[in-house]
Amino acid sequence: MIQIFAFYLFAVLLIAAGTLTIMSRNPVHSVLWLIVSFFNAAGLMVLVGAEFIAMLLVIVYVGAVAVLFLFVVMMLNIDFAELRAGFMKNFPLGIAIALVLLAELILGIGAYGAGVLELGTPDGSAAPMTDKSNIENIGALLYTDYLFLFEAAGLILLVAMIGAIVLTHRERASGPHRGHQDIGKQNRRRPEDATINTRPEVGKGVKL
Amino acid sequence: MIGIEHYIVVSAILFVLGVLGIFLNRKNVIVILMAIELILLSVNINLVAFSAFLGDLTGQIFAMFVLTVAAGEAAIGLAILVIYFRQRGTIAVDDVNRMKG
Repeated sequence: MIQIFAFYLFAVLLIAAGTLTIMSRNPVHSVLWLIVSFFNAAGLMVLVGAEFIAMLLVIVYVGAVAVLFLFVVMMLNIDFAELRAGFMKNFPLGIAIALVLLAELILGIGAYGAGVLELGTPDGSAAPMTDKSNIENIGALLYTDYLFLFEAAGLILLVAMIGAIVLTHRERASGPHRGHQDIGKQNRRRPEDATINTRPEVGKGVKL
Repeated sequence: MIGIEHYIVVSAILFVLGVLGIFLNRKNVIVILMAIELILLSVNINLVAFSAFLGDLTGQIFAMFVLTVAAGEAAIGLAILVIYFRQRGTIAVDDVNRMKG
């Protein structure tokens, strides 16, 4: 029973947050609604017993991609004074969202404790239950049957990382080697070339 | 009783919302990228639901690969956005015709 209630809560909030993501005028609000929708999708996945993918969703999306989005949105021109001005106005909404998230957490943990939501199987028979945990099963499958695909996924991430760095890397404006250390030039330097510190007496010059 | 149909309906609604977001926000490329993330999320929900429905973990593994590609796509898309902003000083993409493509 609690699972059905949790499903409808997660589903309705997921769709509401998705709608607000594409409807918001302010891109910062869009990113925050996107985070809410990812949390709710993770809740939906926990309900059917896919804990690993759910946690991956929270870690990868909320932890990395959403922060990346937020970073880029903030880097582009946003009026921060205007953002701060609405703090007291948005306070009730923020409290309401925090309470909803807290209720979701409690309900989600309760539903997870009550057992996995059974979606049924094509021919009506019970799904093959394994005594291992979800993450253990995924690991056993991922590192055997899907090993090459897994490594290809790592390669994709590497290429994406290198691509992002190459695209956004900026060369120094003046000269290719400005600020670089030239070790050969340093080693060729002799004491005769150096500037020396002298203290000539009054009335006498310095011999060059 | 919650069945596979409920998950498919939620996922379909989310997918349509993502497509709608691309059309509604033609000017703001950041929101377009977020709409693409919503579409990929709906695909992931579908994969996980069918994985639970069929009792086959392959769907969850493929959801993981979709997640990987989505992360890479977001990183590259935002990097392109940053250099575009550096060049033009704006991120309005409704008049991107520099390359006359």
